[in-house]
Amino acid sequence: MPTLTQRLANPTRFMSLSTALLPWVAGLAAITIGWGLYLTVSAPPDYQQFDTVKIMFIHVPCAWLAMATYGLVAISSFGYVVFRHPLADVSARTAAPIGAAFTLLALVTGSLWGKPMWGTFWVWDARLTSVLILFFLYLGLIALRSSIDDEALAALLTSILAIVGVVILPIIKFSVDWWWTLHQPSTNFTQTVHASFRWPLLVMTAGFTLMLLALHMKAMQNEILRRRIKSLTAMAVDRASATSGAARTVVE
Amino acid sequence: MSQQAMHALYIWLSYAFVGVVVAALVAWVMLDGRRLTRELARLEAAGVRRRSRQASDTKTATS
Repeated sequence: MPTLTQRLANPTRFMSLSTALLPWVAGLAAITIGWGLYLTVSAPPDYQQFDTVKIMFIHVPCAWLAMATYGLVAISSFGYVVFRHPLADVSARTAAPIGAAFTLLALVTGSLWGKPMWGTFWVWDARLTSVLILFFLYLGLIALRSSIDDEALAALLTSILAIVGVVILPIIKFSVDWWWTLHQPSTNFTQTVHASFRWPLLVMTAGFTLMLLALHMKAMQNEILRRRIKSLTAMAVDRASATSGAARTVVE
Repeated sequence: MSQQAMHALYIWLSYAFVGVVVAALVAWVMLDGRRLTRELARLEAAGVRRRSRQASDTKTATS
């Protein structure tokens, strides 16, 4: 008898479940981000950062998603290596480009905040450098996957790299404690942030997380469709070559 | 340029960049999904179907 995980991880079941859930998750994400933007506009200027504090309301959610998405890639990759479940590979494969996009956004918005606040777009400090390495890791995963024709081998090698690469997450998280950095230390999940900034930050983070869920769900649906098309095309080619082989035999 | 205008420029640039990248991500998944659905429908219309789909179609036809 299949376990609960096996039943839920069935691609056909995933397609029907996600089709029902997707409009709700996407709608909730849009409403939450809209509310977050309203709070962002009405937030007061900071006494040190002035209005540039508003960049934090998009920089922090992007940085959180950059790391959370890598966590998703690593867990899915582990699921693929251990259980060889194709849906785990679908999840890992589709999360990587989304994670790369949010890491790029975290780097660019951080630089745009750094210029007026630190006087420079970039410094090679531990936090910034480790996030840049995370970005390259995402690009490496995408490149490795597309450089190998054998899908099963590509999935296995990419999964192993993703699992090994998970070591970057604690390095990013604790870089501000382990080394002297220009980047400010952790706010302990916004506990040290004033309420007038905490709420826009939390609402935008929740909205961006819902947006990640919706994007990932849709990208997974697309990947399942792509695999179905690939196997149907192979079936059609087999059928066509069998028909032409039979016709040749009749002629001979 | 005043300091305030300079800050406003960086804020607008940040939000615009996030907006463009998020819009590109949404467009990518939506357009890709639409293209793949069309492609799958085309194959099924040509009579190429998954085994599970063929089995359910046979069951419907015989019942």
